Amino acid sequence: MLKILKYSFYDLMRSRWSYVYFAFYLLLGVVLLFLNNNLSKAIITLMNVIIVLVPLIGTIFGVMYYYNSKEFTELLLAQPLKRSSIFLGQYLGVALSLSMSLILGLGIPFIFYGLFKSNVIWDFSLLLITGTFLTFIFTALAFNIALSNENKIKGFGYAILLWLFLAVVYDGIFLMSLILFEDYPLDKLSLTGTMLNPIDLSRTLILLKLDISALLGYTGAIFKRFFGTNLGFIVSLTMLLVWVILPVLRIVSKSKRKDF
Amino acid sequence: MLSSIKHSIIMLFLGLGFFGHAQTIEVCPTCPISSIKEAIKIAQPNDTIIVKKGTYKAYDIVIDKPLTIIGKDHPVIDGDLKGEIITITSDYVTLDGFFIINVGTSYTKDYAAVRVKRSQHFVIQNLVLEKLFFGIYLEKSKNGKVFHNKIVGNAVAEHNSGNGIQLWYSQNVEIEHNFVEGVRDGIYLEFSDYCTIKNNVSSNNLRYGLHFMFSNNDVYENNTFENNGAGVAVMFSKFIKMYNNIFTENWGTASYGLLLKEINDADIRNNTFKENTVGINIEGSNRVNYSNNDFISNGWAVRVRGACYTNKFTENNFLYNSFDISYNSKVNDNIFDRNFWSSYTGYDLDKNGIGDVPYRPVKLFSYIVNRTPETIILLRSLFIDIIDFSEKVSPVFTPDNLMDQNPMIKQIP
Repeated sequence: MLKILKYSFYDLMRSRWSYVYFAFYLLLGVVLLFLNNNLSKAIITLMNVIIVLVPLIGTIFGVMYYYNSKEFTELLLAQPLKRSSIFLGQYLGVALSLSMSLILGLGIPFIFYGLFKSNVIWDFSLLLITGTFLTFIFTALAFNIALSNENKIKGFGYAILLWLFLAVVYDGIFLMSLILFEDYPLDKLSLTGTMLNPIDLSRTLILLKLDISALLGYTGAIFKRFFGTNLGFIVSLTMLLVWVILPVLRIVSKSKRKDF
Repeated sequence: MLSSIKHSIIMLFLGLGFFGHAQTIEVCPTCPISSIKEAIKIAQPNDTIIVKKGTYKAYDIVIDKPLTIIGKDHPVIDGDLKGEIITITSDYVTLDGFFIINVGTSYTKDYAAVRVKRSQHFVIQNLVLEKLFFGIYLEKSKNGKVFHNKIVGNAVAEHNSGNGIQLWYSQNVEIEHNFVEGVRDGIYLEFSDYCTIKNNVSSNNLRYGLHFMFSNNDVYENNTFENNGAGVAVMFSKFIKMYNNIFTENWGTASYGLLLKEINDADIRNNTFKENTVGINIEGSNRVNYSNNDFISNGWAVRVRGACYTNKFTENNFLYNSFDISYNSKVNDNIFDRNFWSSYTGYDLDKNGIGDVPYRPVKLFSYIVNRTPETIILLRSLFIDIIDFSEKVSPVFTPDNLMDQNPMIKQIP
């Protein structure tokens, strides 16, 4: 598996797209800092960008990589190699190279701007951690979609739909249902709703840092326990981990059963 | 050496000679006069009582003549939880340098560590109060000073705790450099006019750091209010000036940096509101000027509740608040002008330092949160940004005249 991981990783490192992705984040970081002249404000803006863009790029890139390297995968399948190690190796290669572009691309401008001397370093590292988690989650979801669909166009379509659903539509439905059932106690529902969507989950994680004073304005006891203590932080991180593990497990089982 | 001692002895005698008409009485645990009550009894008006270091068990000490009572090295007056400790009923009393503990708790009487009753020209300074019910209670008193006191309570519930410094029907009192924590209301003014509250720190109190009720023409400046149960409340008062105060970390469902209710003609300037659930909550307040304040990282910087007319917000900085302004109606009669909004996204083509596009500080989402508070969990979601944007383009729910026509491009120093 490590060998395939290494191969995928180096293959991607040489590819144009990683550089484009890296350059994009580098540019974004520099421009944000240049325009805002302020670390905390830049971090808030970055958060909005990361939550939306990282999943999009993760899904598109994952699906693209799978379809592009399909012939090579079939070649590997003819060798005496475990199927799970082939697909996991490829998956980790993509996810790692994407995360590296993200971390380096954003990290370099912020470090030059004096991140280590400021007090927002924890906010920033949290941002990078959630970004990395989102990359891993959405690349895994993309691999799932690609494994289940032979048709490239269909695969891309589903990938984009998945992103659109989780990034925008889900919150719309969520909001409507909260307003619809406003006469009932809603704190459990709203927290569960958040847990079921990785984008909302990472958003909550960042909210805990940035908007804690607003979150504590709400009366619910469960809310208070969740946001007021470290519980929220721990639960959110665990759920993100679950969100990585579940799709990866499906990759493994799907790839074992799949007929090539 | 010897001559200098002689010198000072002569000086001392000379001094005594000059002030011979006002005597000094010394109190210490081993002196002929070993209790403060006894010293007050034998003292003539305008005498000075010096209390040396030691512990004095006493309560219901009544100071009924103009005396200066000074504690050397903070002698302890222990009330044994029996009731009120010191009551001042005369004019021109100075109380200085005591450590007063164990005030009695009662559900029918407001026992205080020091109570001033119908007196004038009192000075209460350098006291340390602990384990108290009420701290310093000024009742129908005038022209006094309360300086440099430290009040540390251990209040747990609102119903059986008292206030740190309480003014009731008192005028022209100066309250400066006090440090109040762990009581119900740090400083409480009721029917008290023309008072000055300066350089105090009021923190970790159960209810309000500072609380005004029916008090007019007061000034409070350079105070710090931190982590109080509900922040600072100014209610039913007129002509209050609030300058250079810091309101921070008042977190909770009913917590405000500053709560204004039925306030008219106040002036709120150069204050800092940082990391509060609500920076300022306004209800039924008219003709209030807000200028040069900094609102930093609050949940809601300003929450307007209703019946607020002709208020003016000028040259304030609104930095990284979750919500800048929230309204619960479509009517707006307040003016927002020349503020700096960190979430302003406009441009300044003519380079005059003022944004060319007006800024709308009320977001649609703040309405939704008002209606269904649980939706706060969707804060900063892309979907919410989209509906906020569409509301910004064509306002339907938010007051369409509520905008800052001249948003500043650079933060106001």
